[in-house]
Amino acid sequence: MLLGVLLAALPFLVDAGLGRTWVRILDFTLLYMMLALGLNIVVGYAGLLDLGYIAFYAVGAYLYALLASPQFGLHLPFWLLLPLGALVAGLFGMLLGAPTLRLRGDYLAIVTLGFGEIVRIFMNNLNAPVNITNGPQGISLIDPISIAGVSLGQTHTFAGIEFSSAHSYYYLFLALTLLVMFVSMRLQDSRIGRAWAAIREDETAAEAMGINTRNVKLLAFAMGASFGGVSGGLFAGFQGFISPESFNLLESIMILCMIVLGGMGNIAGVLLGAFLLTVLPEALRSIGDFQRWYFNRIIVDPADLRMLLFGLALVLMMLFRPQGMIPSAQRRREFKHDDAPQEPAPLYDQQK
Amino acid sequence: MTSRSDGPILLETRGLSKQFGGLAALHAVSLNIHHGEIFGLIGPNGAGKTTLFNCLTGLYTPSAGEVRLDGQRLNGLKPHTVAKQGLARTFQNIRLFSHMSALENVMVGCHVRTKANVLGAIFRNRGTRDEEAAIRSKAHELLKLVGVDKHAHSLAKHLPYGDQRRLEIARALATEPKLLALDEPAAGMNPAERVALIALIQALRATGIAILLIEHDVKLVMGLCDRVAVLDYGEKIAEGAPEAVQRDPKVIEAYLGGSIGGAIGQPA
Repeated sequence: MLLGVLLAALPFLVDAGLGRTWVRILDFTLLYMMLALGLNIVVGYAGLLDLGYIAFYAVGAYLYALLASPQFGLHLPFWLLLPLGALVAGLFGMLLGAPTLRLRGDYLAIVTLGFGEIVRIFMNNLNAPVNITNGPQGISLIDPISIAGVSLGQTHTFAGIEFSSAHSYYYLFLALTLLVMFVSMRLQDSRIGRAWAAIREDETAAEAMGINTRNVKLLAFAMGASFGGVSGGLFAGFQGFISPESFNLLESIMILCMIVLGGMGNIAGVLLGAFLLTVLPEALRSIGDFQRWYFNRIIVDPADLRMLLFGLALVLMMLFRPQGMIPSAQRRREFKHDDAPQEPAPLYDQQK
Repeated sequence: MTSRSDGPILLETRGLSKQFGGLAALHAVSLNIHHGEIFGLIGPNGAGKTTLFNCLTGLYTPSAGEVRLDGQRLNGLKPHTVAKQGLARTFQNIRLFSHMSALENVMVGCHVRTKANVLGAIFRNRGTRDEEAAIRSKAHELLKLVGVDKHAHSLAKHLPYGDQRRLEIARALATEPKLLALDEPAAGMNPAERVALIALIQALRATGIAILLIEHDVKLVMGLCDRVAVLDYGEKIAEGAPEAVQRDPKVIEAYLGGSIGGAIGQPA
């Protein structure tokens, strides 16, 4: 209840205390939370290391952009685009997941990394011979999200309270993040969630116990990708402009870092990770202002400092808390009292 | 000992062979396992027992021959389909889901006989809730059956060794098999655990499940099984009641070594 009031009041508090920019940062935090929850299904639940996850964000964003902008003169409504984005991204998840089904561990990571890049490069080059994506210039003038005739791109006044665009988006993103969270929780504690955990633990044994590993893995890819697709569509509508460079490898790695930092497989941990890695880099920007004010010049570029601290944080995490800040119950057990860690037995049938 | 070797055939292999490159790990092995029977498969190290096992359960694709369970062809099927057809297995080197609780391990075994999908998981409708409750209570029952119920909420990897083996059996039973295949279930067990295991296997047979037992421990197999087959160098060299197999000169030769057996058998 208290948390609900706090979440509802948050954009106003932030607006009053830190300014409109920070409300937008809050919006982005929610988008990244959705992305991190989506990747958490693939990596945290099913144990499939996916380094190309941003591709599904891109698919969702481009789908929205192409169907709701002057690019093709299409302006489909949001209530249609949102599920469509989830569906198409989910299909892409299966499409990219299918060829990787036989791969495990590092090999899977490398192939998914390649797929992520392929999607970005496609978006970058689909401007010739037929122009679809405008190539590196990206798509602009994307319709702002509009619900029941109310465009979130403008400022509205309800009951004497002024809701700026950033505020309205905050409430929409919050609602969808809560929905994604709910779905994640329900999935984790279900027959499907157990099958994912079993595959993560020992794929061969899971298969021998009658789990159709192919279908269950594809399902994980599809579910994770659909969350990414939803987030991507929201991003396109919120930002009004997208270009391929928003969807590079570093973004994929950033989202992976969010869930590793926060605690893989644990929803609260994943949310915390997404929050920290979106808000802290922004907060570090002010270090530049501080230096200019105090030393009259920039000694350490904030962008460099950000990467430096980020690297340091990751090293420290790996050293002192490899299970993440709020690990899932299961991961905690994996890292805790690891009395004689049992190596999984070599696969009998690697030549099959 | 009751002989149940005259029931209808449950599992049948015909001319089953498996080549690894130039090596014939299995050569034209034909076996029949009947309903409700405890069938032992023994043989010296490297005789092809585990290879046969993996051919039956879909981990290997046989090079030739066929496997039928209740008349259904099994070879060429994937391991999960084999489990669905009613052949469940345990592993020689325990392969539990070690960071899941004992109960969860067994619940995973129920996967193949249940059907809640993503929508069911999200909306948690009545059907899904009932199914979850059924899975949970069935898992508890199976844990009780194998005697691991006091560890239901411990992590699988923290269970004592003997209990881990028994948990693997419970997990396999959760798939509701017609034939339960145990790969060296007594390996590494102490005498007390071994006695308890024998009692468990007999109790399982009493419920109507047929059991295929691969063992190193000849004594255990001889005391427990209705019929026994002996593999040596990938070929079946004997099959029949334990007492008869035990006296078979070919079996003695395989176990004691060909050269000695041959030297004794030949007139000077």
